[in-house]
Amino acid sequence: MTTIQKKPVDPTAHLTAEDIENLGKELDAIRQEVLDTRGERDARYIRRVIKAQRGLEAGSRALLLFSIFPPAWIAGTTGLSIAKILDNMEVGHNIMHGQWDWMRDPKIHSTTWEWDNATPSDMWKHSHNELHHTYTNVVGKDNDLGYGIMRVDEDQRWQPFFLAQPLWNFINACFFEYGIAAYDLELGKNLAIPKEKRSEEFKTGVKRTLGKIRKQATKDYLVHPALSIPTGSFLPTLAANVTANVVRNLWTHSVIMCGHFPEGVETFEKKSIDGETRGEWYLRQMLGSANISGGRALHMMTGNLSFQIEHHLFPDLPSNRYAEVAPQVQALFEKYGLAYHTGPLPKQVYSAWHKIVRLSLPNGWLAETTPVNAPKQLAKLYKMTTGGPKVRRAIEARDRQEARRRAEADAA
Amino acid sequence: MTDTLVRPNDLDRSWRSRLSRVAEAATTPLLPADYLDLVAPLRSGTDLRARIVSVHPETRDAATIVLKPGADWAGHVPGQYLRIGIDVNGVREWRAYSLTHGPRADGLISITVKAVPDGKVSNHLVHAARPGTLVHLEQATGDFVLDPSQTRLLFVTAGSGVTPVIGMLRNLFPVTDAGVVDLPRSKRLDIVVVHVAPSEPDSIFLDNLRELDSHGSITLVPRYDDQHGVLDVDALADLVPDLAERTTYACGPGGLLDALTEHHAEKGLELFTEQFRAGFVEAGDGGTLTIGDITVEADGATPLLDVAEAAGALMPSGCRMGVCFGCVVPLKEGAVRDLRNGAITTADPISSANGGVPIQTCINAAAGPCTIDR
Repeated sequence: MTTIQKKPVDPTAHLTAEDIENLGKELDAIRQEVLDTRGERDARYIRRVIKAQRGLEAGSRALLLFSIFPPAWIAGTTGLSIAKILDNMEVGHNIMHGQWDWMRDPKIHSTTWEWDNATPSDMWKHSHNELHHTYTNVVGKDNDLGYGIMRVDEDQRWQPFFLAQPLWNFINACFFEYGIAAYDLELGKNLAIPKEKRSEEFKTGVKRTLGKIRKQATKDYLVHPALSIPTGSFLPTLAANVTANVVRNLWTHSVIMCGHFPEGVETFEKKSIDGETRGEWYLRQMLGSANISGGRALHMMTGNLSFQIEHHLFPDLPSNRYAEVAPQVQALFEKYGLAYHTGPLPKQVYSAWHKIVRLSLPNGWLAETTPVNAPKQLAKLYKMTTGGPKVRRAIEARDRQEARRRAEADAA
Repeated sequence: MTDTLVRPNDLDRSWRSRLSRVAEAATTPLLPADYLDLVAPLRSGTDLRARIVSVHPETRDAATIVLKPGADWAGHVPGQYLRIGIDVNGVREWRAYSLTHGPRADGLISITVKAVPDGKVSNHLVHAARPGTLVHLEQATGDFVLDPSQTRLLFVTAGSGVTPVIGMLRNLFPVTDAGVVDLPRSKRLDIVVVHVAPSEPDSIFLDNLRELDSHGSITLVPRYDDQHGVLDVDALADLVPDLAERTTYACGPGGLLDALTEHHAEKGLELFTEQFRAGFVEAGDGGTLTIGDITVEADGATPLLDVAEAAGALMPSGCRMGVCFGCVVPLKEGAVRDLRNGAITTADPISSANGGVPIQTCINAAAGPCTIDR
């Protein structure tokens, strides 16, 4: 991935300013149509999902009181994993986006909702709704791009540190809820500041996050296992809760990677968003997201983030409507000659992971490596890893020169 | 007895609080109530709700809604009203209605609603509300209740203003299938009801009032605008010759109440009034914005957030483009216009009493004078 401003062919080059303005108007019209028909049917939908989620969670936890019996453990753990995923995705994420604020129900409102996740909802709302959704895929502004610890763009200079990024990514996936909490706190940036100079805001943020983590952990790893003691199920219930949390973390991490990481999704330069119009903002959202295709159950389990493109265009529309507007949105992609990225979950997950692996290596390394030149390539990688910045720059310069020569030879 | 003696009650309480702490630890970040409400929404200890038991049409545009209130319903005195929150097309709307009866043996309560033109909630309640629907309640309030020391009374009611009066009358003279019941406590009462309505068939509860009239419980003086002309307050003494000896209770629209207040004050007569119909704000273009102690002129094209910040108010804010909901604050009074699609959001006294209508300040501009909280 290279920011579209640096690509040899800008995928938006064929669009005039007028095209982009019209595109914006057409998307506004789609949005308005949903607003005009939003009502009882939608309200019934979210209430039913919340009810089902709570019923599933309560039922699963009741089963886990007898988790010493394997069938109870399996059913309870499966149910609890699904309940946690629903809580985080279709319910929590979407309510905190304000998708259901229009119902004026104080119990289902972005300002009052709290979720089963390590990060307190208001801190998540700031980093997600404000930063990520406003600055989607703008390198240096959108921290969702690599979470500040990964190389997700060719323009980021390669360092040996990045060789381990597939591992970081996997560890982050397993502990994703804590990764998000650290990320909402901007932990890396703040820990680099001397202790006495850290802001009050950061300190209270840490305190509140730790408080929330303590409560969540007490529930999952102490209270429920303890309630299972009468049947001798303390350890199985503890294991069930650990499993459900890890399953939830792996799943949410995968879905979120599929939203912006698959190959073909574009990134943008910081200065390209100066004075951005509404139409241009829409265009950036269209190019910066990717969907996951699948059935209704998949959409539900991803919190309809399988319609990531539609969600990024209209983050405050009720999630049950994304499937309905998707064909209209896709038609607009075609009309304006843009690529609508979508694919089944395994394909998108593979694509995202492939990018992580590719960029963990120096630019072009993975693509150029064949069984024949593998020893030579490995030797080069070894040199770049152990050789220090000067050696790396020299090798990178030579690679670029060779590539240029090859291109000239092809042209001739 | 010593000070250290633990009474069974205290023991019970400490056990309960310990249990509820464990229950909360087991359900965090939700509360045990969030689960219990799904199965027992009317139980004690939760938000006050009610279930619609039945809907009885009174006239073609009015209906009595019978409700089973939650266990924490504290009861009411006839003439009081309650606030009811009902989801109309998915949106929670709060309105106030009078309770139209005294305490009932079956523990149910009822309100009588007249569908007003363009009335979102009243039309829904009269025409679309179905038994079984869950609604939200607040405890009955209102000072429009009978003083038991007075025996000679005059009720002046206009339109749906008859409802709190019906509540009082039904408490005094219960109507059963066998007719009106004479209660000893009501024997010494001498009641005149002047009931005003645009025309006869629109007069809700008319049958009820007529029944009480023919039974001799009350004297009914119906006044229909199309037959008798619009009621002139100064001519009230012609309708009720012993007006001076009576205590007047009046319920109806503001104009009538103002006229009566002036009339009675002039003559030194006792008057109790009740007006509970929510006032509606006409959406304009721009207006005065009030945030705490800051007052500033806001035009109809600038987001309230920008106006408030320019005036030095510290406002919550986020993406400034209507996406993140970081700037949501309650609109306590007035109306605002969504700059993206022109949609108007209006506050009314009832939503204000409930904390206001949450709005995004970054994409809403003033549509008339408005007051927001920070």
